[in-house]
Amino acid sequence: MSAMYIRYILLFIILILVQILLLNNIWVSGYLNPQLYLLAILMLPLYTPGWVLLGSAFLLGLINDMFTDSLAIHAAATVFMAFCRPAVIRLVLGKIYDNETEIPSFSAFGGFSLVIYVVLMVLSHHTVLFFLEIFRLNELGQTLWRIILNSALTSLFVIIFFALLERNLRK
Amino acid sequence: MRNLFKFIIRYYFFFLFLLLETLAIVLTLSNQYYHQTFFLNSANRVSSGIYQTYNKIGSYFHLRTIHDHLLEENVRLLSKKKENFIITDGNVFIAEDTLFQRRFSYVHARVINNSVNRRNNYLTLNKGRMHGIKPDMGVIHTSGVVGIVIQASERFSVVMSLLHSDMMISTKISHNNHIGSLVWEGKDYRKAHMLYIPPHVELLKGDTIVTSGFSTVFPENIIIGTIDDWEIRRGENFYTAIINLALDYNNLTHVYVVQNLLKGEQEGLEEAILPDI
Repeated sequence: MSAMYIRYILLFIILILVQILLLNNIWVSGYLNPQLYLLAILMLPLYTPGWVLLGSAFLLGLINDMFTDSLAIHAAATVFMAFCRPAVIRLVLGKIYDNETEIPSFSAFGGFSLVIYVVLMVLSHHTVLFFLEIFRLNELGQTLWRIILNSALTSLFVIIFFALLERNLRK
Repeated sequence: MRNLFKFIIRYYFFFLFLLLETLAIVLTLSNQYYHQTFFLNSANRVSSGIYQTYNKIGSYFHLRTIHDHLLEENVRLLSKKKENFIITDGNVFIAEDTLFQRRFSYVHARVINNSVNRRNNYLTLNKGRMHGIKPDMGVIHTSGVVGIVIQASERFSVVMSLLHSDMMISTKISHNNHIGSLVWEGKDYRKAHMLYIPPHVELLKGDTIVTSGFSTVFPENIIIGTIDDWEIRRGENFYTAIINLALDYNNLTHVYVVQNLLKGEQEGLEEAILPDI
């Protein structure tokens, strides 16, 4: 069990470093920036207690904010995403999940459900993120367009990494 | 009372969410215009330290380009040297060097963090209060305006980039001195908009836009870009010109921080006349 804690803490640190030093310098077609660090929240086990879920989301967002000079918008977005997580999981799995040890993955959810889960979570995050970042309604069209395109990009990254990390976080 | 506690414990997930979300939004809104919470920006000890190390490694990959830029600048400065000119007029000259008082001085700094892809972009520089950098100083590059310092720590400072929604720079058209305000409207980081040009002004594609020197932040005549196109937007009486920015904000490595030595005097005078502004 404690081996799994260490694994998750390592995952957090590695994802934050990758996000800050690598992905924050990558933008596709000028203004799309993959937010891979969300993977750390998406990968938490289903039985994670609520305060761990919200607390780690807040910390993760705030650390990313410190490095990108974005006030606390990432923190607000990740906390909102974490709040949506139980509802999204119920929606995707279609029942009250009973297996207490499951970690979201292709084998646990099935491919289609996992993709829906990732897309919905990323959308909830990006909606808060971009509305807080731009913070003016007269650029509504542009904001929505950014949310959709950036969500697609982030989801793609997250799903690829779900596939790569499959099996590594279990045990 | 007991029931209240029971209620809160039962729905603690929701209440904790409300608490954290409110905290994040309050942090965001209260610092919207000025970064007051020190730990929340990249000039803090941890983030600037990590960026500094990363930049030390990364900067080796740009050495060739930087070298070329420096050579170009050297050539430009060399050509301005006094020895390059001959006196064509035989009359007597009077050299009065007390006539000149220094108004701007410059500090050189390295960019250790930069972005162009957000709606509000910031840069982090590797110099801070220790090197004389204070908030509200201008930051320029050889071919353009970079931004304004908004916060300085002991060794680092954060600059609000020109590519920021709260940024507005007083500019003028170089050849006829008509002024307008330059803003960045998002989308493309190579293009900005110059607002409030009166419609009687004749605009030409390729006209150079420079800083007006009206603000106390930037010296006059720093090149910003060239006019690409212009239009009168619906409901407005002024031209809005689309400007091709001369500076590529994406590959900034070295910048100059401008200190205006007469800033206090000018602003004091202006505030005395216009107390409301």
